[in-house]
Amino acid sequence: MEDIAALFHGFSVALTPFNLLLMFIGVSLGVIIGVLPGLGGANGIAILLPLTFSMPPTSAIIMLSCIYWGALFGGAITSILFNIPGEPWSVATTFDGYPMAQQGRAGEALTAAFTSSFVGAFVAVVMITFLAPLVARFALQFGPPEFFAVYFLTFCSFIGMGKEPPFKIMAAMMLGFALAAVGIDTVTGQLRLIFGWHELMRGFDFLIAVIGLFGIGEILLSMEEGLSFQGRSARIDPKIVIQTWKKLPHYWATMARSCLIGCWMGITPGGATPASFMSYGVAKRVSKDGHKFGTGLIEGVIAPETAAHAAGTSALLPMLSLGIPGSPTAAVLLGGLLIWGLQPGPLLFVEQKDFVWGLIASMYLGNIAGLVIVLTCVPLFAAILRVPFSIIAPVIVVICAIGAYTVHNAMLDIWFMMLFGVAGYVFKKLSYPLAPLVLALVLGDRAEDSFRQSMLISQGDVRVFFSNFLVGGIMTLALVLLLWPLVSRLRASMRKGGPAAAT
Amino acid sequence: MSESSQPVEAASGGISTRTMEIVVALALLAIGSLVVYDSHRLGSSWGSDGPEAGYFPFYIGLIICISSAVILGQAIWGKVGKRSTVFVEWQSLRQVLAVLLPALAYVFGIQVIGLYVASAIYIAGFMRWLGKYSWFKSIALGVIIAAVSFATFEIWFQVPLFKGAFDPLSRLGY
Repeated sequence: MEDIAALFHGFSVALTPFNLLLMFIGVSLGVIIGVLPGLGGANGIAILLPLTFSMPPTSAIIMLSCIYWGALFGGAITSILFNIPGEPWSVATTFDGYPMAQQGRAGEALTAAFTSSFVGAFVAVVMITFLAPLVARFALQFGPPEFFAVYFLTFCSFIGMGKEPPFKIMAAMMLGFALAAVGIDTVTGQLRLIFGWHELMRGFDFLIAVIGLFGIGEILLSMEEGLSFQGRSARIDPKIVIQTWKKLPHYWATMARSCLIGCWMGITPGGATPASFMSYGVAKRVSKDGHKFGTGLIEGVIAPETAAHAAGTSALLPMLSLGIPGSPTAAVLLGGLLIWGLQPGPLLFVEQKDFVWGLIASMYLGNIAGLVIVLTCVPLFAAILRVPFSIIAPVIVVICAIGAYTVHNAMLDIWFMMLFGVAGYVFKKLSYPLAPLVLALVLGDRAEDSFRQSMLISQGDVRVFFSNFLVGGIMTLALVLLLWPLVSRLRASMRKGGPAAAT
Repeated sequence: MSESSQPVEAASGGISTRTMEIVVALALLAIGSLVVYDSHRLGSSWGSDGPEAGYFPFYIGLIICISSAVILGQAIWGKVGKRSTVFVEWQSLRQVLAVLLPALAYVFGIQVIGLYVASAIYIAGFMRWLGKYSWFKSIALGVIIAAVSFATFEIWFQVPLFKGAFDPLSRLGY
């Protein structure tokens, strides 16, 4: 009940005209970012972050999180109309969305996609409303060992659940940690890993990494594929909206399943992309029209979109309550909190009530605003995609350069951005995952601090991580996840060896 | 998965995935060794007042070395390496370089003549040579975008951007 009151207080914070205006600007910008290749939720927010330094933190995060909702919505537009996923999480939407558009049912597909995204996000926000304060209250008891255990769990689950080769996930993640260690050591004040190059003293900012890896890297990738846009006409007739809405309740089971998958994948750092694929796969297996998936089935649009939004939204739960982001975009928002002088973590719910509940309330409002905007303005956003790539590409490079420069007003950062861009291109092609690299870069210092503090408490005894039920449990779970690829490979080879031995 | 990256015959020409895997693994191995070396220099053990500065990065570096060594081994002797897949075909590589090299020149341009002027030239040049637009359209759009960003950042948000070593805009009073 206390939380409901807090939520209503949050609405009163979020519902000022200024914040509402920012919400609409944010969602519109977000959709544009989601539609453009090379700009996504994570680097779009990273680029705009410096512009919000002068705003009050609550307004700033409302705008930035609305950009995130917009980007989530925007991915679906390009998938359905152009068969080009604007965002990785909308790849699964192309499977059935584009065939629908080819059959002239683009309006229906878009309505279904937007509405189910909205449902997914809404369920996730409701879950955040009730679960986040509980998690935060629980986490107030955490000491350094528990925090390190949670960080450890986060990183182990990347290895356990990632679909890339485990050693590549590990290498990418550790590279992130190593980059985070560059610069002044916060405890001893010593300079680390700069090899006499004093401009490196500031360290590598993860915003630069995000802009380079996701922005420049993406441009290089899409240039290689040689994009040619062939769009379907995009208009949404209000009649079709109503008709589609009437159909949607039939698919409540698909939606409920996808919400569950999405929420789970969002809280554990699986992220929106695997969630959308998983949900599509499950829907295909369970549905009685399973064999027709891929030919333009409305269910094949609903399932991935619901899950992607549920995951994208619930990724903010661990970010708010524990200070551990569940996705690169959540990581960028967390970086924003640090810049505005707010310490993310369980204390946020105690010390910054206005901020937290204002943000949660804005999640409800932002998604409603998002739904309205995307349903009414699709033709406008689709028109952006008809601008040829040879205009869009240099403009995005310019935007990325400006974004990278404004983070610290440092010219060197623009060079680093290009370096990260090339690295991002190569890594992506060799299936080194980028998300764990970014998260490690963000969390590196804090993971290290909690590790050192734990070591200080125990005087260097590693058994501190198994000293009580809570921390021991988290660590065990983490180790299980870490060794999961090994276990599943063993099981697979045993199954393969089994029948062979029998014959 | 590297297997899925492009099951194209190596005959069509390009850099093979295997070569690229080896290059990246070696680069990571070098980075890992650097981290281990510097952490060791700073002290990677237990000091008088707790863990020393290199304590945590030392192990990070070690794990980078181990994982990159495994990746290197897999690339050289593994199944993945034997199948000849193409990392990037020459034709695609040329397209990528057609974006990358001008972008690098652009960053160098920022360093010398500042962000606004360099952006205008970069966009105009890109449109003219890669997009085959007319000189007029290219230059017009380049200048417009540079002017819009100038108005947004210098005037509206009052965030000054990099003006370059020579600062050509200073003649205009900025």
